[in-house]
Amino acid sequence: MEKLLETKNNLPVRIADIPVVAYSKFFEVITFLLRSQDYHILSYIAYPTPEGLKFICAVGDDPNKSISLISHIIPTGAPLKVYSMMPKYDVFHSFERDIHEKYGVIFEDNHFLKPLRYPHDRINQESKITDYPFYQIGGNELHQVGVGPIHAGIIEPGHFRFLCAGERVLHLEIQLGWQHRGIEYLFLKKSKLNQRAVLAEQVAGDTAVGHGLAYAQCIESLAGLKIREKLNYERVIALEIERIGMHLFDLSNLCTGAAYQLGNATLGVLRTPTINYLQTWCGNRFAKGLIRPGGTHYPFTADLRDKLLAYLDNMEERYVQIADKFLNLSGIVLRFQDIGTLTRKQVYMIGGVGVTAKMAGLKRDSRWSHPFAGYHELHHEPVLFDTGDIYARIQVRHYEILQSIKYLRRIAEMINYDNQVPSPLTDENLRMAKNCLNISITEGWRGEIVHTAITDDEGKISCYKIKDPSMHNWWALALSLRDREISDFPINNKSYDHSYCGHDL
Amino acid sequence: MLKEYRILRKHGKQFIPDVTKPVLPATFKGRPIISTEEVDKAAIIDCCPTDAIADDNGITIDVGKCIFCGECAFRFPNKVRFSNDYKTATNDRNALIIREGEEQIIKIDPSLIRKEIRALFGRSLRLREVSAGGDNSSELELNATVNPNFDLARFGIDWVPSPRHADGLVITGPISKNMAEATAICYDAIPDPKFLILAGTDAISGGIFAGSPALDRSFLDGKIIDLYVPGNPVHPLTFVNGILQLTRKFKS
Repeated sequence: MEKLLETKNNLPVRIADIPVVAYSKFFEVITFLLRSQDYHILSYIAYPTPEGLKFICAVGDDPNKSISLISHIIPTGAPLKVYSMMPKYDVFHSFERDIHEKYGVIFEDNHFLKPLRYPHDRINQESKITDYPFYQIGGNELHQVGVGPIHAGIIEPGHFRFLCAGERVLHLEIQLGWQHRGIEYLFLKKSKLNQRAVLAEQVAGDTAVGHGLAYAQCIESLAGLKIREKLNYERVIALEIERIGMHLFDLSNLCTGAAYQLGNATLGVLRTPTINYLQTWCGNRFAKGLIRPGGTHYPFTADLRDKLLAYLDNMEERYVQIADKFLNLSGIVLRFQDIGTLTRKQVYMIGGVGVTAKMAGLKRDSRWSHPFAGYHELHHEPVLFDTGDIYARIQVRHYEILQSIKYLRRIAEMINYDNQVPSPLTDENLRMAKNCLNISITEGWRGEIVHTAITDDEGKISCYKIKDPSMHNWWALALSLRDREISDFPINNKSYDHSYCGHDL
Repeated sequence: MLKEYRILRKHGKQFIPDVTKPVLPATFKGRPIISTEEVDKAAIIDCCPTDAIADDNGITIDVGKCIFCGECAFRFPNKVRFSNDYKTATNDRNALIIREGEEQIIKIDPSLIRKEIRALFGRSLRLREVSAGGDNSSELELNATVNPNFDLARFGIDWVPSPRHADGLVITGPISKNMAEATAICYDAIPDPKFLILAGTDAISGGIFAGSPALDRSFLDGKIIDLYVPGNPVHPLTFVNGILQLTRKFKS
């Protein structure tokens, strides 16, 4: 077995230390590791170097809380052609499509080498988002239904193409890329710390804390900064409140999906004090501006603690009351049980993370597997359900809300309010390690967020890759719809609530 | 049934009786106020991530470009202060540029409101929203305008799925290249007379994405923008107050 370079979440390594192997070895090592469900792909990127196109793959070893790195180079001038890892593990399809679209690498035997997100800097400028090569079917009883990019509600754009035999959906093809704003490109172009922090918060505005924190920790690790305990706890508080707020939003939406108005109204109303609490703390209902590298402008004070505990008491009582009602309501249970069911194997094959993995019994939660910020002390155990249907996704959200409430109370007690937290790092004081790679993982409410940064000879960021949990989770929605009816699409879609902009970047 | 009643009673009245009145916490970053204090101009201009700060006979902040990160106020606390005034929507792009000196309230200019808006949409209004590269925060806030708290529907204003049923288009996001065509098609599908609202800093100027090669904002060329609603994301109260002032539901 080839020796891999071992590291941890936010422990930078020198690029030169990552073993460079031939592609056959690269393929063999990675696919060997993935035979166990304890391993999953955290990041698989390609970027141009003077020697050629360099591929780096990061495999997470969840129980051991470690990350294994391995790389491969296609020398300049050599044919950009390798065999695909997708036939072995579906998780590779989106990584390989990303690399194919950016650099024109052909992955042999990847039968799904279609455009991923139509980035502005794609190699084939001829390909247009309006003529995506959809799968086609024909015949008397077969038909196709196209929906989008613009949808009925106030939501983001994406195109869904249903291939149906009568009422039955044979396949749902999801075409994304409409939201592409060039974030990874802008990360290199806009080099000020604050500009990048703002960009990170806008990768997905509903996960501003999750992405903001992944970015902040990435910079802090590369700069070798030690973060004080209090700041780490504050970050946990922000992340957990964000989780509660968005889970409430999803549960409220799912009640609408089952035409349960009381649930929709009350859960929606409960979200208001949740995000208003963030507004009281930092002035923004989505906590934009709260997370910054090195410190914060908004220290968590004893006064804020009292407000937090008062909010939690009030919210929890009202939440438990309505949750107790809707989780046992026959109309809800019948509508959501055994609908959109996925098996653990399916989720594992597509690389599902977060709620999408936990609802099918796959233990993917970086608060447990790659702890960061203040999670080391919380000894988090993920909420797991194994039925894999919409009802399981509801239950994961429900128990995660209760879990987050518990964590918030605990953390509020753990903080020493006499301690100070520093102001954010400034550009003048920033010195980052040279020629290093850092992988920063956080667990947003959707699941695992991975930011990968590479620095050059001057300690400047030369490559920045973002993996939103939705990058792979979207595939779960497509699988959930197989053999269902189109009428099951809205509730399935709401039960996952994937991010369009997080995927499109 | 009793249980449902108990749940409703527990929640009590949730709606905001007068949407023009709520006071947001002091931390909320709304309309900025700039003092005349002398500062290092180059430094304050440089600290803004979105080039919203400029020097035009004194420091100015363009609220249409500002993403309300508050960096300038933290670095130059005596120069810039963000008030908690959320009534920042206007139909005059220039009114979004805040100058140093006295407090400058952002208002709707009645002379710029098109006649058909007042005549036709004063009592009933249907809006279609398109997210063109939006990051889902402004979208969630616009959804919140019709939740039980803000309850925009009580004023006869609501969101509709079809552009054919809509009186106006609300755009969020910086308008990505990939969404440019779909946005234009949606706008064309709305029957005349129609109006156009840009919600959020991203939509007004591109925000942090301004200058990105992945954007195509040519759709806006030559269009009359009836309302600019700044914010990152737009606060529901900013939107609700802006749209009410525009359609003359309220006198403020």
